[in-house]
Amino acid sequence: MSAGHHHALYVPGDTPVHRLPPQCKLIAALGFAVAVVATPREAWGAFAVDALLLAVVAVVARIPPGMVLRRMVIEVPFVLFAVAIPFIGLGERVEVLGVSLSLPGLWAAWNILAKATLGVVASILLAATTEPRAMLLGAERLRLPSLLVQIAMFMLRYMSVILDQARRMRIARESRGFVARDIRQAPVLARSAGALFIRSYERGERVHLAMLSRGYTGQMPAVHDLPASGRQWGAAAVLPVLALTTALIARSLA
Amino acid sequence: MTSGAESGTAVSLQVSGLAYAYPDGTQALFGVDLTITRGERVALLGPNGAGKTTLVMHLNGILTAGHGTVEVAGLPVRSDTLREIRRRVGLVFQDPDDQLFMPTVREDVAFGPANLGLRGAELDRRVRDALDRVGMLEAMDRPPHHLSFGQRRRVAVATVLAMEPEILVLDEPSSNLDPASRRELAEILRNLDVTVLMVTHDLPYALELCERSLILSEGVIAADGPTRSLLADDELLAAHRLELPYGFAPSAHPR
Ligand SMILES: Nc1ncnc2c1ncn2[C@@H]1O[C@H](COP(=O)(O)OP(=O)(O)O)[C@@H](O)[C@H]1O
Ligand SMILES: [Mg+2]
Repeated sequence: MSAGHHHALYVPGDTPVHRLPPQCKLIAALGFAVAVVATPREAWGAFAVDALLLAVVAVVARIPPGMVLRRMVIEVPFVLFAVAIPFIGLGERVEVLGVSLSLPGLWAAWNILAKATLGVVASILLAATTEPRAMLLGAERLRLPSLLVQIAMFMLRYMSVILDQARRMRIARESRGFVARDIRQAPVLARSAGALFIRSYERGERVHLAMLSRGYTGQMPAVHDLPASGRQWGAAAVLPVLALTTALIARSLA
Repeated sequence: MTSGAESGTAVSLQVSGLAYAYPDGTQALFGVDLTITRGERVALLGPNGAGKTTLVMHLNGILTAGHGTVEVAGLPVRSDTLREIRRRVGLVFQDPDDQLFMPTVREDVAFGPANLGLRGAELDRRVRDALDRVGMLEAMDRPPHHLSFGQRRRVAVATVLAMEPEILVLDEPSSNLDPASRRELAEILRNLDVTVLMVTHDLPYALELCERSLILSEGVIAADGPTRSLLADDELLAAHRLELPYGFAPSAHPR
């Protein structure tokens, strides 16, 4: 918790991208993802243009490329899945270095990899330039169901409290000689997890009482005004509009 | 106090014949009577399990009385008065992590007054004013979980002060505080000009802050009087499982 005031994903800065209202950035990232998904998989050039667009955003937002690459590890499960497809896929096969691969499988793998990568990078850039709190305010502003936004808000607030509790329980276990070596210790860990769940649940009840005590009636009071000007919406629209245009051109050529 | 109906000293809190059993059958309160007049600072003393927290939860209608009544400045706690009651009674919970649920201190302190309908500059003034009274103005934009425990407790006090309550009710305010934070909180509480009901088993803290004390024991008020004379009565304390810290003599601590 001594890692400073900011959330781990957020990279503090004061660039035009950082300054855009969060709701504009959320919509822009969503629009970009839709455009990428709508791009035909054979359109190599279109994906290159999309990648270039993201690179421009990263440069403007001063997000170091190395950081973006490191955060892309969350994509690894997709990569593993994609790599498996050409081996197990059916249909016409091609020989690559003496190994027989499925041609439709290769296309499917490429499709997943290219689109997932672009989507993940767009999300990384969004998270790096928008504080989590602002993200939630943006979501509220976009009239996302308020229950979902509230749940996300409480996760943001209590994640560290719960992790702290889990850490204290681990220390308590270990200081009494417990070592998690193999599967035989699983029941102890399961009981710990159960206790953690109950404690978190009870905390939830107490928090609810505290909220009632201060006049909560089921709706978060909307005190924030997060105005977005037409110009800001316009600036945010540049990315998805260019990506969408690229997708449409690629489709008409296909 | 402008109302003609109230004569003499105004009553902030009146509890009469309050009894309550939890749904599992545990009878926690057996008929509690107490009256607190406006401007008083009163300590509610009692051992663990005496029913202190249960009583406190009745004061703003989180629990509703099995028998008896609770009135805050003349307004009875009922389902149709809850909104106003919760504005009048500022409850500070024992664990500040339960009380501070918003992502930043500012939003947390604003939560109560915003629920009362305040917005804009008026809301901002309330927030700053409340944080200023507990000396936490500079922490306004920090997330609560980055504050020390003592700071969190002070912010928790601010969250209810922002609602400008008739009476401030604190559940174990000195628990888990180091001596310096304990003293800082005492100074803050002493300088607030609101009615205070302070629930505690920290007897020196009660002596330091409250002229008058009540002892709650086994679900009834067992004693009511000046804190100093209650704490000087060894038999009374022993009968209700209350103990002064080793070597502490109330007579040696002038106010
Ligand atoms: N949710 C509950 N369900 C059943 N019994 C409870 C509950 N909370 C408290 N009690 C019981 O009520 C009595 C009074 O508890 P409480 O008001 O928490 O005491 P105090 O705050 O003085 O320590 C105790 O006997 C306790 O075990
Ligand atoms: Mg208690």
